[in-house]
Amino acid sequence: MPTGTYKTTHINFTGKRKIAMAFSILLILLSIGALITRGLNMGVDFTGGTVIEIGYPDATEVEPIRNALTNAGFEAQVQHFGTAKDVLIRITPSKEDKQKQGSNDKNDAVKKAKTGDRVFAILKKTNPGISLRRVEFVGPQIGDELRDDGGVAMLLALAGILIYVTLRFEFRFSVGAIIALVHDVIITVGFFAITQIEFNLTILAAILAIIGYSLNDTIVVFDRVRENFLKLRKANAEESINISINQTLSRTIMTSLTTLLVLVALFMFGGEVIHGFSLAMIIGVVIGTYSSIYVASSSLIMMGITREALLPPEKEGADELSELP
Amino acid sequence: MNRYPMWKYILIIVVTLIGLIYALPNLYPSEPAVQIAAVAKNTNVDSNALAKIKQSLAEKSITAKKIEPDKNGKVILRFDNPETQLAAQAAVTKALGSDYKTALNLAPTTPSWLSAANAKPMNLGLDLRGGVHFLMEVDMSVAIDKALERHKEEFRSFLRDKKLRYLGVKREGDHLVISFKDAKIRDQARAALKREYRGDIEFLDVETKKGFGLKATLTPLNIKNAKKFILQQNIITLRRKLNSTGLTEPIIQQQGLERIVVQLPGVQDPTIVKDKLSGTATLEFRLVDEGHDPLLAQKSGRIPSGSKLFFERNGNPILLKRQVILSGDRITNAGAGFDQNQQPSVNITLDAQGAKRFAKITGANIQKLMAVVYIEDRYVTSKNDDGTVNKKRVTKKEVINVARIQDQLSKKFQITGLDSPQEAHALAEDLRAGALAAPVYIVEERTVGPSLGADNIKAGFNSVIIGFILVLIFMALYYRVFGLVANLALTLNLILIVAFLSIFQATLTLPGIAGIVLTVGMAVDANVLIYERIKEELRNGLTTQAAIQSGYEKAFSTIADANITTLIAAIVLYGMGTGPIQGFATTLAIGIVSSMFTAIMGTRAIINLIYGGKKVEKLSIHPIWKGGL
Repeated sequence: MPTGTYKTTHINFTGKRKIAMAFSILLILLSIGALITRGLNMGVDFTGGTVIEIGYPDATEVEPIRNALTNAGFEAQVQHFGTAKDVLIRITPSKEDKQKQGSNDKNDAVKKAKTGDRVFAILKKTNPGISLRRVEFVGPQIGDELRDDGGVAMLLALAGILIYVTLRFEFRFSVGAIIALVHDVIITVGFFAITQIEFNLTILAAILAIIGYSLNDTIVVFDRVRENFLKLRKANAEESINISINQTLSRTIMTSLTTLLVLVALFMFGGEVIHGFSLAMIIGVVIGTYSSIYVASSSLIMMGITREALLPPEKEGADELSELP
Repeated sequence: MNRYPMWKYILIIVVTLIGLIYALPNLYPSEPAVQIAAVAKNTNVDSNALAKIKQSLAEKSITAKKIEPDKNGKVILRFDNPETQLAAQAAVTKALGSDYKTALNLAPTTPSWLSAANAKPMNLGLDLRGGVHFLMEVDMSVAIDKALERHKEEFRSFLRDKKLRYLGVKREGDHLVISFKDAKIRDQARAALKREYRGDIEFLDVETKKGFGLKATLTPLNIKNAKKFILQQNIITLRRKLNSTGLTEPIIQQQGLERIVVQLPGVQDPTIVKDKLSGTATLEFRLVDEGHDPLLAQKSGRIPSGSKLFFERNGNPILLKRQVILSGDRITNAGAGFDQNQQPSVNITLDAQGAKRFAKITGANIQKLMAVVYIEDRYVTSKNDDGTVNKKRVTKKEVINVARIQDQLSKKFQITGLDSPQEAHALAEDLRAGALAAPVYIVEERTVGPSLGADNIKAGFNSVIIGFILVLIFMALYYRVFGLVANLALTLNLILIVAFLSIFQATLTLPGIAGIVLTVGMAVDANVLIYERIKEELRNGLTTQAAIQSGYEKAFSTIADANITTLIAAIVLYGMGTGPIQGFATTLAIGIVSSMFTAIMGTRAIINLIYGGKKVEKLSIHPIWKGGL
C-alpha cells in the first residue's frame, strides 16, 4: 500500500438489511398514514386561490390584519413571512365558497378575480406605508392542471429512468432503482404531510430533482455492483454487493456532504420563497443517500440477483472498458 | 504517461475565454431608466423637448445620472434608483405633454467593447426584477359564434347570387340550417355549397318544419383555424393595448391553442394593467326614444317595441332605439382632450364607411337626441363543486352622454360626459387599440413587487456565493492539490453556466438560481468519483501515473450513467412547461452538461500538467488531516 493511511471500510451493510428494511417500512407507513389522515397542505398553486405578501414599514401584529380582513368578508389565513415586517395572506376557496360559486351569484365571482387588489386596498387604509411584495392568483382550472401535470411529470421521469436503467443494466436493477426512488419520494412527501408545511410548485420541483439525485447515487452503487459481479468470481451476490457499497461509500458520503453544504446555504440565505424548496431537497438528499446504500441494494438481493444475470452484457462491458481513452 | 494532446488544451482555453467574455456583462448591473420617444413616427426627440426634460427634472430637483440620445432618435435618462426613476417619469410626462411618450426601462451598462462582441447580460425573471405575469384564457366559444355568424351571411348572398331560392338560414346549436321549399333546389344548393366550401364545412340533408333543410357543420380543421385566427388577433390587440401604457418590454406569447402569457417587467401596480387587458370597452351610438316615458317603462316592465331600456351613470332609466347607428369597430382613431367648457372629452375619427352612415343618420335626425353607450365586457371564472369551471360574462352598459344633434356629424366629432380626464384617456386608449376579437380572462397572476425582487436577487446571489465557497474550502481540505484542481473546474463551470444563459438570452429566475446552487453541489460529484477511484487504485498498488489513468477511465462510465439519468429528470421537468420549474430545469441541465466538460476534461488537463510525464512518488490527494504532503 503506497499510502497506508486510508483504507476501504468493511461494514456489513447487507447483513443489516432487515433492520434497515424495518426502519424504511416504518417511515413509509408513517408517511402514508399522515398522507391519509392529515393530507398535504396544498398551496394555491394546486388549490387555486390568492396569496398576497405585504411588507410593513415596521414590525406588525397579524391579529389586527386578520380582523380587518374578516370584517371585510374575507376568510383569510394571515401569518408572518420570514420577518415580523412581512405578512403573508392566503385566501383559498373554502367549501362554502365553492357552493356559493355554483349558484349564479355574479358579484361573488367578480370579487374573486380581484381579491388581491381588494385586500391590498383594505390594508392600505389601515396603514398607508405598506408595500405590495407579491400577489399570486391561480384560477381554479390552472390549479387542477398544475397538479395533473405534476403527476404526469413524475410518472414520465420514472418511466424514462426505468427504460434507461434496463438498457444499461438489467431489469431487476431498474426495479431496484425505482423502489429506492419511490421510497425517497414517499418519505419526503410524507414529511410535508406530517409537518403540514405548504406543498407548492417549487416543492414539486424539488421532489423531481430528488428523483434525479437519488438515482444518481443509486446508479453509482449499481455501476460498481455490475463491475464487481464480473470481476469477483468467487464472491456470491450478497458479498459482491457489500464490497461495492463499501468501495463507493466515501464517494457517496462526500457528494452528499457537498450537496448538503450548498443546500444548507440556500436554506439559510436563499430567502423565504426558496425555503420549502431547500428543505425538501435536504430531506431528499439525506433519504436518498440512505436509500442508495440500503434500499436499492437490498431490493437487488431480495429479487435474487445473481452473477449469471449479468453474464450476457459481460462481453460488451469488457470491450467498453478497454476501448476507453 | 498522462499527457494531453495540444488541441485539447487549446479547446479548453478557447472555451474558457468565450465563457469569460460572455459571462462578463453580468457584472455590470442594469440601471433604472426612462425612455422618451416622439409619438409621431420617424420623429426624433428634438432639442426643444430635451430642454423641457432638463428643466422639469431641475424643478423637482431630480438628478439624472446620464441623459443621452440613442440611435433610434429616442432619449434615455438613467437614474440611481427606481424611486427617482418613477418621480422623473411623472415629471417628464407632465412637462412634455401628448407629443411624446415615456416608458420605464432597465438600461444595460455593458461596456462598448463587450456589446461589440454581442455579449449581453442574462435576462432577469420577474421574480428577480419585479413585475407582473398573467396567464389569460381566450373565450373560444366566441370564435365559433363569429364563424357561424359570418357563414350565415355568406350563405345568404351566395344562394342569392346563384339564384337558388331559400326560405331562411337559422342557427341551431353549433350548426346552421338552411331551409328550402323543395328537394330539387336543395340538391342544387348542396352541390354548389359543397363545391364552394370543400374542407371547411360539411353539409347534410335534414328535414325541417318548413320542408327541406341542409345542415351545415364546421369541420374540426375549420374550427381550429378559426381559433388560431382569434388567438392571433387577440395577441395583436393586447400588444397594441400594452404599447399604449408606456411599458417598454411587455412579453406577449401564445401558450397552447387558447391561452396567452403576458409578462410585464417593472410594473408596480397590476390593477391598472389588469383592467386594461381583460376588459374590452367600446362605444355604441343610438337615437333616444323620445316618444315614451322611460320611468313608466321601467316600472311596468313593458318596453316599447323597437326600443331598449338603458341606464345613465346616475342611475336614471332611458329608452334608446334598438337600431345601433354606429359601433366602436368603425373608429379609426381616438384621442383624449377637453371640450370648449374644459370638460374631459374624447375626439373620435371614423373610417369612410362609418362616416358615411353616421352622416346620413345624423343628417336625417337633426334636433333629435342621440345617446353614447359605453359597453365594457369582462369575464370571470369560478369552480363548481363537481370541478367543472364556470365562466361568466359580466357586461356593463351605461349611457355616458345624451346630446341633441345640432348638425350633421361625419368623420370627426367629439364625445363628452366623462367623469375625469383619466377616464377620457382610458377610453381613448381602448378605442384606439380596438376591441379584442374574443374576450379574455385572467386564469393566473403572479406579481412580484420591486422590493421583493431586489431581496430575491440578493438572497439568491448570497446563497450561490456562500454555498460555492463552502464547497471550495471543503474540497481543498479533503483532496488538497486535486481538490484545488476540482475547484478551478467548478469555477469554470459556474462561468460557463452564466455565459450559456447570457448567450441564449435565457431568463434567470429564483428557481434557476436554486438550480445553479444545486449544480455547484452536484458538479463536484464527478471529481469525487474520479478521485476516490484514484485513491482506490493507489491502494490496489498501482503506480501514481497508472492510478490517475485508471481512475479517470473507470469513473467515466459511472459519471456518464449518473449524469444522463439526472438529465432525463431535468428534461422531464422542463417538459412540464410551467415557468418556475422550467427555470430550475434549464440551469440544472446546462450545469450537468458543462460539468461533464469541466470536471472530466478540464481537471484532467490540469492534473496532466502537474503530474503528467514524470516520476511522481506521491499524489496530493488525501485529506489535510491525514498528514503527509
